[in-house]
Amino acid sequence: MVKKRVIYLLKQLVCITLSVIVIAPFYLVFVNSFKTKNEAARMNLSWPKEWLFSNYLVVIKEGNLIQGFSNSFLYAFVSAAVGVIICAMAAFVIKRRKSKLTRRIYYLIICGFFFPVNFVTLLRIFNFIGIANTRLGVIIAFISGMIPFCIFTIGNFVNSIPVEIDEAAVIDGANGLLLFFRIIMPLLMPVLITTFLLQFMGVWSDFMTPLYLSSTSKMWPMNLAVYNFFGKMTSNWQYVFADIILTCLPVVTVYFIGQKYIISGLTSGSVKQ
Amino acid sequence: MQDINFIGFDNYIEIFTSNKNYAQGIINTLKFTVISNIIKITSALFLAVMLQKEIKGRNIYRSILYIPSILPFLIIGIIFKSILNYNNGLLNTVLDALHLGFLKQQWLSDLNVVWKAIYGVDAWRGIGYVMTIFLAGLNTIPNSYYEAAEIDGANFLQKLWHVTLPMMTGAITINLVFGITYGLKVFDIIYVLTNGGPGHATEVITTYSYTLFANGKYGMATALNTILFVITALIGIMIVKYMSKMEVQQ
Repeated sequence: MVKKRVIYLLKQLVCITLSVIVIAPFYLVFVNSFKTKNEAARMNLSWPKEWLFSNYLVVIKEGNLIQGFSNSFLYAFVSAAVGVIICAMAAFVIKRRKSKLTRRIYYLIICGFFFPVNFVTLLRIFNFIGIANTRLGVIIAFISGMIPFCIFTIGNFVNSIPVEIDEAAVIDGANGLLLFFRIIMPLLMPVLITTFLLQFMGVWSDFMTPLYLSSTSKMWPMNLAVYNFFGKMTSNWQYVFADIILTCLPVVTVYFIGQKYIISGLTSGSVKQ
Repeated sequence: MQDINFIGFDNYIEIFTSNKNYAQGIINTLKFTVISNIIKITSALFLAVMLQKEIKGRNIYRSILYIPSILPFLIIGIIFKSILNYNNGLLNTVLDALHLGFLKQQWLSDLNVVWKAIYGVDAWRGIGYVMTIFLAGLNTIPNSYYEAAEIDGANFLQKLWHVTLPMMTGAITINLVFGITYGLKVFDIIYVLTNGGPGHATEVITTYSYTLFANGKYGMATALNTILFVITALIGIMIVKYMSKMEVQQ
């Protein structure tokens, strides 16, 4: 009994220590974003002497955050929405048409999950079709990057919808599009929301794609704007931290709103069996 | 980017023979993939086992440990650049306060510890994610299996080895697949924390490739990326083959 008690206390101790290690950096960022330059340069955890909310105003203006935010939102929202709908349609067909060819195509698409993007060749293709250095190009790159994951996750869900539903709809005279958009898509809603949220957060966090594909600062998402701002402001940690808070706020909000869907989506693959 | 001259395999020959350490970048990529995954998967497995059983506040601990993985790597890199600062970074300050001053290091510029710092930051972000997937796998194991094992006199490690691990192949596969693909393509965190430095000690394929791209050496950048492609393709095809076999069995 005593041994059990000691083990329990040890476990609690480990959990508390780890939680502190996880929380401390966030706390550091939070308190330091309100400090004066000299105070923030000490980078410690003390409470600010006075709360300088003006840091945030400076950052929004100097860091081009409004433009960054609208770019990030455009990239994340449009590519996640379009990508998820396209992939849902593809996953439906791939999983329903059980020919050898569709199986091959399915595994070819899944391979895309592992392969790195070769940005030099991608840029050449974009040059060729005239969308290099445009927001459209960035969005298309993001959409193509999410296809393997989306088709895999949505495809697993399609399997759980009985084929009898399709048959009944077809007998009642529904064509392919009607069948998908009126009957199948509402049934897929939970997994579509999950993949949308995951991809939204993924695009918001992505740094490499816009780094390669955007040559002008007008196209920068928040991520790139923060990185650039960090390069200019290495001695002004209070601004850097305020910038970090503003950049994280949207993803954290999306996470807390959609927490239920996100966790279920992450773990769906691991409990399938 | 208009003129292309084909030079055969010259770029590849340069990668493996020049004194610019490109080959070291390839080795670093593989090293990072293996070590970071071993750290994250083993510690996340123990945490998941610990947090699955009755422990007060486990839901709060789970949420807290998961939070870092929703943030962009870039942001985490910047935050840790501050924390790992030698003079007044949080880590060295805390070590001082705990009278552990002898552990203080130039975390991001000392050749001997820079990789440890990168693995640390990577684990700080990634463990919660791996753990969440393990927890989902653990929840599918019926409690009666453990009770049966206990009646047979199994201790903690025996239960872990003979009951938990075999029942969690799904979760382990997912974690390995995500972990390996992430590790081979790692870029953001190294680019922000060290940008390949000190010297070229922490350079990986993607950081080399980006530097070459930024300097206009498109051919070399593509060659390096192609090598990364071949490595991931080999590993990816093995995994996909394995997955399609599993699907047939179902």
